[in-house]
Amino acid sequence: MPLITEPNLYSPDDFYADLIAAHEGLSDEESEALNSRLILILSNHIGERETLKQALEAAKKS
Amino acid sequence: MFQDRYSLAFKLYPYKKSKDQDKPDAVRHPVVIVGGGPIGLATALDLGRQGIPALVLDDHEGIGMGSRAICFAKRTLEIADRYGCGAPMLDKGVVWNVGKVFQDDRQVYEFNLLPESGHRNPAFINLQQPYFEKFIFDAICTEQERGAPIEIRGKNRVDAIDVKDDHVVLSVDTPDGAYQLEADWMIACDGAGSPTRDMLGLGFEGRVFQDSFLIADIKMKSTEFPTERWFWFEPYFKSGASTLLHKQPDDVWRVDFQIGWDVDRKEELKEENIRRRLDAMLGDDVDYEMVWSSIYTFQCRRMDKFRHGRVLFAGDAAHQVSPFGARGANSGFQDVDNLGWKLGLVISGKAPESLLDTYDDERIYGADENILNSTRSTDFITPKSKVSKNFRDAVLNLAERYTFARPLVNSGRLSVPCTYDHSPLNGADDLPGGPVTSRVGSPCKDAPVGHGFLLDQLGNDFAILAINTDVPNSVDIDGINVRSVSLNTTDDLTGALAERYLGSESQAVYLIRPDQHVTARWREYDEDALRSAVRKACGKE
Repeated sequence: MPLITEPNLYSPDDFYADLIAAHEGLSDEESEALNSRLILILSNHIGERETLKQALEAAKKS
Repeated sequence: MFQDRYSLAFKLYPYKKSKDQDKPDAVRHPVVIVGGGPIGLATALDLGRQGIPALVLDDHEGIGMGSRAICFAKRTLEIADRYGCGAPMLDKGVVWNVGKVFQDDRQVYEFNLLPESGHRNPAFINLQQPYFEKFIFDAICTEQERGAPIEIRGKNRVDAIDVKDDHVVLSVDTPDGAYQLEADWMIACDGAGSPTRDMLGLGFEGRVFQDSFLIADIKMKSTEFPTERWFWFEPYFKSGASTLLHKQPDDVWRVDFQIGWDVDRKEELKEENIRRRLDAMLGDDVDYEMVWSSIYTFQCRRMDKFRHGRVLFAGDAAHQVSPFGARGANSGFQDVDNLGWKLGLVISGKAPESLLDTYDDERIYGADENILNSTRSTDFITPKSKVSKNFRDAVLNLAERYTFARPLVNSGRLSVPCTYDHSPLNGADDLPGGPVTSRVGSPCKDAPVGHGFLLDQLGNDFAILAINTDVPNSVDIDGINVRSVSLNTTDDLTGALAERYLGSESQAVYLIRPDQHVTARWREYDEDALRSAVRKACGKE
């Protein structure tokens, strides 16, 4: 499945608030660890290597 | 002048003056093997069993001390079975299936190798390297008694090599002084520090890993530790950045501490310092005896080419990997398996010299696969950057609760044999419903047939494996006798043969190389197709 780069989040403001809230009260190190775990969890959910490669490329280009 | 570089576990071939040393002219030998480690000895055994004279030169008089390579894979045992030395290895070795991974003071998860049934050999055995070598040596002695032309010369050190177009001139030093030898073919099996490589001025490039590992072999007074592989990342006992505990025969345990790059080797190797690490790990109340210790560092690298005219490199001399995954000795054994029959056919005039270039193709492919896997393991075990360590720790953290993260934990991807998918020797793959695991290029999987096992029946030469179809008993192709192994469903009591070789087909014909790799397969027998495939597998097409 090609990487979705058009809007796909059901409720973007809510998601964004959840993301920031998850990091609340964490030290920089703890936040980095959380982000690492989050990336791994989401990557597994996506599963397809090709989609993940496109995501890595998209992130690098930004 | 002959200062031993190490002490011996077994003194097996004491120096004896050879007649060659008194001859005015250098005596020519068909094959000279430099180095009497496991790879050199196995190469001599392979060639000797084919009736090809093999002379091994070693600068010591036997097998060096120390457990070193301890983990031998199924494929290695299968090759050893072919050479007649697999049974004593299996008999002496420790079979293990369960592994546990820890971080700090918690178990992250446990795995079971769950070996597929219907194979003569287990997935792995643990066995001290000196025993492994001794069993190969014993098989050489047995073959010598049967007339195999194998000779091993102890305290024969090669000091200079002159490579000619069609032979090699070797200057050999001995306790009685120097002499010269000639070899039609020379095989360098002289280890990661290969003096042959240096004498020929050949490079050995790759990645250096800035870390050292302290090995301690200890004999436990009580045997409360189970036969499992335990691997700690950042253990609570602080004896190393990672630690591995693994059982060997004779109640000996291998403990491997990752101790960093900048260490004082002499200081670290003092018994009291090693004991301090061990006691922190095992607790003060565990009684043990120190058997052997060593510090090693490693690199992941290989030579550009393994064949240099009449000189061929095998084992660690040709490629070096990290120890994670047991890919050193196991891949060296696949080199031997690959080289033996090719050199045999070339020397007996049944195949062109160019067949040896495919040793390069196939084993460089194998070496790259091993280097890739072992580099990835090393990067996981010893992360090279902060972000790499973050992800590593995240994987370990998640693996405890979520199974998805467990396949990402990499404390060594254990050695599996190579499938030569793109080998120039590969013939037709005309068995559409055939299993992917027995596709052209793959090593044959074992299976129970009748009262024995398939791999024993395939033997040491080209073979036709025919299942549920008639084929001639044997076919002569350019002086090569191709023998048939004909089986049918009644031989397949467990169904493993059908599962591994038929897939959804009702019949099949396989052409198997002497190293028991599939080189072509069809639904039906066709003599022209067979001839063409054998010629291709011998490098003639």
